[in-house]
Amino acid sequence: MNVNVALIDDVSPETRPIASEAGPAPKRVVVAYGFWIFLLSDIVMFAALFAAYAVLAHATAGGPSGARLFNQVSVAIETACLLASSYTCGLMSLAVGSQRRFRTYLAAAATFVLGAAFLTLELREFAGMIAVGAIPQRSAFLSAFFTLVGCHGLHVTVGLIWLAVMMLQIAVKGFRATVERRLLCFSLFWHALDIIWVWLFTVVYLMGGLS
Amino acid sequence: MTLLGKLSWSAIPFDQPIVMGATAMMVLVIAFVLGWVTIKGYVPYLWREWITSVDHKRIGVMYIILALIMLLRGFADAIMMRAQQAIAVGGAQGYLPPEHFDQIFSAHGTIMIFFMAMPFVIGLMNFVVPLQLGVRDMAFPTLNSVALGLTASGILLTNISLAVGEFAKAGWVAYPPLSELQFSPGVGVDYYLWALQISGVGTLMTGINFVATILKTRAPGMSYMRMPVFCWTALASNLLIVAAFPVLTATFAMLLLDRYLGFHFFTIDGQGNAMMYVNLFWVWGHPEVYILILPAFGVFSEVVSTFSGKPLFGYRSMVAATMVICVLSFVVWLHHFFTMGASANVNGFFGIMTMIIAVPTGVKVFNWLFTMYGGRIRFTVPILWSLGFMVTFVIGGMTGVLMAVPPADFQLHNSLFLVAHFHNVIIGGVVFGVLAGYNYWFPKAFGFKLDERWGVASFWCWLIGFYLAFMPLYVLGLMGMTRRMQHYDVVSWQPWLLAAAAGVAVILAGIVCQVIQLVVSVRNRELLRVTADPWNGRTLEWTTASPPPAWNFAALPQVADVDAYWLKKQRALARQVQSPQEREYTPIEIPKNSATGFVTAFFAVITGFALIWHIWWMAGLGVLGIFLTILAFAFREEEEVKIPVEEIAEFDRTHQAEVAV
Repeated sequence: MNVNVALIDDVSPETRPIASEAGPAPKRVVVAYGFWIFLLSDIVMFAALFAAYAVLAHATAGGPSGARLFNQVSVAIETACLLASSYTCGLMSLAVGSQRRFRTYLAAAATFVLGAAFLTLELREFAGMIAVGAIPQRSAFLSAFFTLVGCHGLHVTVGLIWLAVMMLQIAVKGFRATVERRLLCFSLFWHALDIIWVWLFTVVYLMGGLS
Repeated sequence: MTLLGKLSWSAIPFDQPIVMGATAMMVLVIAFVLGWVTIKGYVPYLWREWITSVDHKRIGVMYIILALIMLLRGFADAIMMRAQQAIAVGGAQGYLPPEHFDQIFSAHGTIMIFFMAMPFVIGLMNFVVPLQLGVRDMAFPTLNSVALGLTASGILLTNISLAVGEFAKAGWVAYPPLSELQFSPGVGVDYYLWALQISGVGTLMTGINFVATILKTRAPGMSYMRMPVFCWTALASNLLIVAAFPVLTATFAMLLLDRYLGFHFFTIDGQGNAMMYVNLFWVWGHPEVYILILPAFGVFSEVVSTFSGKPLFGYRSMVAATMVICVLSFVVWLHHFFTMGASANVNGFFGIMTMIIAVPTGVKVFNWLFTMYGGRIRFTVPILWSLGFMVTFVIGGMTGVLMAVPPADFQLHNSLFLVAHFHNVIIGGVVFGVLAGYNYWFPKAFGFKLDERWGVASFWCWLIGFYLAFMPLYVLGLMGMTRRMQHYDVVSWQPWLLAAAAGVAVILAGIVCQVIQLVVSVRNRELLRVTADPWNGRTLEWTTASPPPAWNFAALPQVADVDAYWLKKQRALARQVQSPQEREYTPIEIPKNSATGFVTAFFAVITGFALIWHIWWMAGLGVLGIFLTILAFAFREEEEVKIPVEEIAEFDRTHQAEVAV
C-alpha cells in the first residue's frame, strides 16, 4: 500500500494518467456518451407517462379495467419477440464490429422482422380493445394505457425506420466511422426500448392483470 | 374549406385596432429588415457565415439576438398590463378588454421565460463554455444549429399568433381544466403547446449537447476541479434540462391528446385528474427556475472574481452548492401549490425542503462577498450588475423562504406578493446575470467593448425601476390583490399600481439606454477596440483573439489549475519572458457548415402551424420534410473542412500583439 503511494507520488503530474485530465475524448466515446444522455432523457419522459398511468390506473369511469382487457398470452409472445430482437441486435453489433456485411444484413433483417412482429401483435391488441369499445376516450385509465404503450410502440416504429436507413447507409457508404457510430447508437436505443418494455410489462400487464 | 382546416380570414382580428397596430408594426419591421438586408446584398453573407454556421460562437450570438428581440416583445406586454391596471379601477374598464388582457399576461410569461431568459442563458453558455473548456467546438455542432432553429421556430409561432388567430388565455402555465378544449376552444392554447413542444425539443438537444461537451471534451489537464465555475453551473443547468424537459414534453403531449383526440388525462369527465397536470408541470417548472439562475450564478462568479482581482473564494464550496441545488431542485415542486390540499405532512416536507435549498444559495452569496473582501474592485458595468443582483436577489430569496411556510403561503398564494417574489428573483437574478454576462463577454465576441456610460445609465434605470415597479406589488399582495386582474374595485390599491407603472417607465428608460449603448458602441467601435484580454481575465476564453478564430485555439491549451490563464500570466511575469514562442502548427479540422438546422426549423414551423389549424395534409408534409432533411444530413459526404496550416499561422501572426502571453 505504502509502496504504491510512493510510486504515484514519484510520477510527475504530466505523465500521471488521470482520465479527467486526458483532454477531449475520441469521437466514438463522445457520440455514444451523448446518446446515453439522450436515452436517459427519454427514460425520464417515460417516467412521466408511467407516473400518469399509475395515478390513473383505477380511474376507469365505469368502463373496463385492465384485468378484463389484457390478454397475457399475446403479451407474452410480444415480449418474447422484443427480447429475441435484442439478441439479434446484439449479433448485428458483433457483425458490424468485424465488418461482415452479409451477417450484418442477416441479423438486421431478423431484428426488423421480430420488431415488426411485436408491433403487429401490439396493434392487434389495440384493435381488439377498440372493437369492444375500450377506446382511449372511454376513461382516464384507457387514455393513460394507450398513451404509455403507444409511446413505446411509436419508439419501436422509429427504431424500425432507423434500422432500415442504416442498412441503406451500409449499402451506400460501407462500414465507415460515422456509420459504425450510428449503428452503435441504434443498438443502444434498441436495448433501451427493451428495458422500458420490461417495466411496461411489469407495471401495466402483470400488476394490471392481477388487480 | 377543409383544405385549410380551421383557418379562414376570420382568424385575423381586423376589428381590434391594438392587435392590428402591433401586427402592422411587426410586419413592417420584419419587411424593413429583410428588405434592407436584401438591398445591401448581405443575404449570401448571412446565409454562409451565420444561418448555416455550426460554430458555437455564432450560434451563441444568434441565441442572444433572439433573446434581446423577445425581451422587447415581452416588455411591451408588461407595459400594457401595468398601464391597464393603473387605470382600470371602479367604473373605469381601462383600454384592454378581458380576453385581450388574458392573452397578454399569458404571452408575457411564456415569452419571458421560454423565449427571452432561456435563449439568453443558452446563448451565453454556447458562446462561453467551449472557450472556457479550451476546446474547438461543442460535442455535436450540427445538433446545436438544429436546436437554435427549433427555438426560433417556437418564437416565430408565438409571434404569428399575434396576427393569425389568438394566443392562450390560460396563463403561462396553462392549467387544465381551463386549458382543455371545453373551456378554451380557440387555437390560443394550441399555439402555446406547439410552440413550446417544438422549442422544448431544441432545448433538450442543447442540454444533451452541453452535458456531453462538458463531461467529455475538455482541454488536456482540465480535471473537474479545474473547470471554471461558469462551466460547473452550465453543467448543472444542462443536467437539469436533460432531466426536467422530457417531463414537460410528456405533460404537454398528454394535454394535446386531451385537446386533439378527446383523451381524459386532465379533463373533468372520464375521471381525469387536473391536479396531475399541475404536479407534472412543476416537476419540470421548479428545476426550470434553477436552469435559468444557475448559469447566472456562474456569470456572477466569473465577474466578481475577475473585477476583484482575486480567485473566487471557496471554489469547492461553490461547486458543491451548485450541485446540491441541482439535486434539491427536484424535491420542492409542491411549494407552487400548497393550496392543492395535500396533507399537512406533505406540505411540511416540501416547505422544509424549500427552506433547505436556500442554504446553498446563501453559501454562494457569502462566497461572492468574501471574494470581493480585500480585493481591488474595478467598478465596471458587469460588476455593477453583480452588486445590484446581490442586494436584490437576497430580498427576493427571503420573500421566497417566507412563502415556503405553508400557512403563510395559503394567504399569499396567487397574490401579487407572489408575482413580486418571482420577478424579484428572476429580474434580480437571471436578467441582471445575463446582462452582466452580455457586457462582460461582448468584447470577446466582437473585439470591442460596450460603451461604459450608457451601460451604467442602463443599470441604474433598471435597478431603480425594478424597485419602483415591484416593491408596491409586495404591498398589494399583502393588501389582498390577486394576480391577473383586468379590473378591480378597491380604490386604495390604485396609488400602488400607479407607482408600479412609473417603475415600468423607469425600466423602459433602462432598456432604451441599452439599445443606445449598443448603437453608440457599434458606431465608436474603433475607439473601443480591445485585445484578447480586456478585463485582465482569469480563464481560457481570454487567451485567444477577440473575436476568436473559427478554430478557437491553434493548439489546445494545457491546464494546470483553476484560473488557468491567470496562472499562466503569473508564471510569465515571474520568469520575465514575453517570448512569442515558435509554434509547430498542424492542420485543424472543423465541422462543415450545414443548412440542416435552418431547413429543419422551416419544416417545424410548417408542421406546428398546420397542427394548430388542423391542416392535416400540411402537417404530414412538414413531418416528411423534417425526415428527408435528417436523411440528407445522414447521407452527406463531407462532414468536416480542413483549415490549412498557413491560414492558422497567418492568423496567429496578425494577432500576436493582441495575445499578451
